[in-house]
Amino acid sequence: MEILNSFILIANYIIIPGLTYGSQLALGALGITIVYTVLRFSNFAHGEFMSFGTMSTILLTWVFIDSNIKFGTFPTAIIVLPLSIIFTIIYCLLIDKFVFKFYRQQKSKSVIALIVSIGVMFFTGGLIRFIIGPGDKNFMDGERFILKAKDFKMLTGLNEGLTIKSTQGVTIILSIILVILLFWFLNKTKTGKSMRAYSDNQELALLSGINPERIVLITWIITGTLACVAGTLYGLDKSYKPFTYLHLVLPIFAAAIVGGVGNPIGAIIGGFVISFSELLITFAYKKFFFYILPDNFLPDGLLQILSTDYKIAVSFIILVLVLLIKPTGIYKGKIIE
Amino acid sequence: MQDKQHIILLFLSMFILISFVGFFQSWNLALTIFNLCIISSIMSLGINIQWGNAGIVNFGVMGFAALGGLANIIVSMPPTAKAWDAGAIFIPFGIIIFIISIISSILVWLKSGLSTKKKYIINFFLIILGYFLMRYIIDPPIKAIEAIDPAKTGYLGGLALPVIISWPIGGLLAALIAYFIGKISLGLRSDYLAIATLGISEIIIYILKNEDWLSRGVKNVNGLPRPVPYEIDLQSEPWVLELTKFFNIPVSEISSIIVKLSYSCIFLVILIGILLLLEIAQKSPWGRMMRAIRDNEVSANAMGKDIKTRHLQVFIIGSAIIGIAGAMLTTLDGQFTPVTYQPLRFTFLIWIMVIIGGSGNNYGSIIGGFLIWFFWVQSEPLGLWFISQITSHISDTNIIKSHLLENAAHIRLMFMGTILLITLRFAPKGLIPEVKR
Repeated sequence: MEILNSFILIANYIIIPGLTYGSQLALGALGITIVYTVLRFSNFAHGEFMSFGTMSTILLTWVFIDSNIKFGTFPTAIIVLPLSIIFTIIYCLLIDKFVFKFYRQQKSKSVIALIVSIGVMFFTGGLIRFIIGPGDKNFMDGERFILKAKDFKMLTGLNEGLTIKSTQGVTIILSIILVILLFWFLNKTKTGKSMRAYSDNQELALLSGINPERIVLITWIITGTLACVAGTLYGLDKSYKPFTYLHLVLPIFAAAIVGGVGNPIGAIIGGFVISFSELLITFAYKKFFFYILPDNFLPDGLLQILSTDYKIAVSFIILVLVLLIKPTGIYKGKIIE
Repeated sequence: MQDKQHIILLFLSMFILISFVGFFQSWNLALTIFNLCIISSIMSLGINIQWGNAGIVNFGVMGFAALGGLANIIVSMPPTAKAWDAGAIFIPFGIIIFIISIISSILVWLKSGLSTKKKYIINFFLIILGYFLMRYIIDPPIKAIEAIDPAKTGYLGGLALPVIISWPIGGLLAALIAYFIGKISLGLRSDYLAIATLGISEIIIYILKNEDWLSRGVKNVNGLPRPVPYEIDLQSEPWVLELTKFFNIPVSEISSIIVKLSYSCIFLVILIGILLLLEIAQKSPWGRMMRAIRDNEVSANAMGKDIKTRHLQVFIIGSAIIGIAGAMLTTLDGQFTPVTYQPLRFTFLIWIMVIIGGSGNNYGSIIGGFLIWFFWVQSEPLGLWFISQITSHISDTNIIKSHLLENAAHIRLMFMGTILLITLRFAPKGLIPEVKR
């Protein structure tokens, strides 16, 4: 019984939040990785693209709620997601047409494109704050919980409760669907294969008749989709504030680099490595040991490796460690000079 | 000759812009902007020597500026006497133990002939052991120190020296940290270096936010000493009263203008000093070598230049300059608030200054710092004015109008992004391009 309690404790505070946050990071990291391999620059504006997607979702959700369109207990945000994905893609394509295209044709160094993406980051951030304001927005409606702690305790008779928020369930399911679709596209379809060929060797791909403009278009479509979904899921789960998305870029970069930039599987693994290490390192293990250790062995203190304030710093520490020990990441990624 | 005229013209128009603020808004505001412009220019000089001269991407401005701020506390605040009785001496002791464990793990990694797997395991346990030993030693004194009158002190305090000493100390502190950061991360490619320095600077801010014993964390350190007289003292001076009569403005205003002017004078001296040193460095064989390395690492290497050491050198120098500017900023504010260190304001804005001013040209960085800071501050009222102009025909009760007016301040982010993008596209060399030598 005690062992079971301790397991539920871990599941409730580490496994489920870790899976949720990990999926959100993984979707974000996939977007960064794809831009990095195909368009060959580190896109610092990705966080703002996510924010833009979330903003479109929120605005559409408001419109839907105002016109009394409801879908039972299902969150409206998920219903409007396809529409907001389209908005995000259009925005990405516009930015590409007016900004990034020029540097691609000039064959600028990747550092220049990086600085350009900072300009895009400023612009998009300003646009978003201008449209929706800098404040906190909560746009979750419908049923809040899939499983409540109280019900779980009643059901099993354990001391520890297990809570699954519906946002957590939605995040995990939607991420799995999206990732399966992405991998099917990259590995099985002709367009996906030509995209991989283009990212491996541009000249060779051009020689074999691949249209680069089409590849770029598809890249932005995928990036826009991933950014919008990742941003919306993060906003649903926590709450939406334009400011937090600027700070989200770094954990996402950390996830992409830890897994190995340029490798989609690496991006997913990296997302989970970051999210779980954040939780494992800042979790107070006192209650856990309370269940599995005899009373007189229980040490004082919270048994925390680092205080919770350092949660996000953990991802930076891992990032720095990986860059130092193995800059190519867990799965060997691509390095673009 | 053309270049010199161009530079003088730009600085003159900048001067006129700031005096406009003086005439139309207030001289107090104009001087506030002017002082912060100088600090921004010094920071962008630091980035310029790294990016413009050596091609190193340093996104850690925020961290180095905060270290400069920390130097203010360490140098100028009065020491908390009780903290030293509470065993503060154990804190450096504990940290040294952790550093020893890290050094020994590096030695194991480099020197021992073990297999990679064994090295990982040994290093893992070495660092874990060092970490917990450190926590075991430093946790009780930290708890004791933070408990000492937490509303007022609750931290170690400083050395109670004149605050002006903290500026060079801030530079030294930043240089020391830059040495370690550079040592470990300068081997990385440019994008990775950018992300690594950004990550490390975030870690520095997190430490300053949460280690209350060192910097009081989010409780801030207020009332830092000043290198210039206080307004209250000035107001009773006879010569100030005479000036009040002469200019016919309130004594409170004139005293604060005097304070700000004296800051401006000190800052200008430092700015000019750093500028001269950097100009000499750029013209010297050393500067030539840095540019050679920037333009072609392979051939510079073939000529026998030690690229790694040179990069480290320039990284340390640039970071030290940012540290000095950061210390000056905290002194000017009179308080140390770790929460205000945001990458947008401290890292990316400084980068915009360097790019727009003209990377590789010191005068360019200064004009970039002035111009961008000026518009960063002034685009808020400008944006408000702009929005109220275009919405003037809409009635005041309109929701859209009030929403637009409410969010008008955020136009400045869009504005900054747009001018950065336009500069990069149409004038990638910036306002004052690098001098061809």
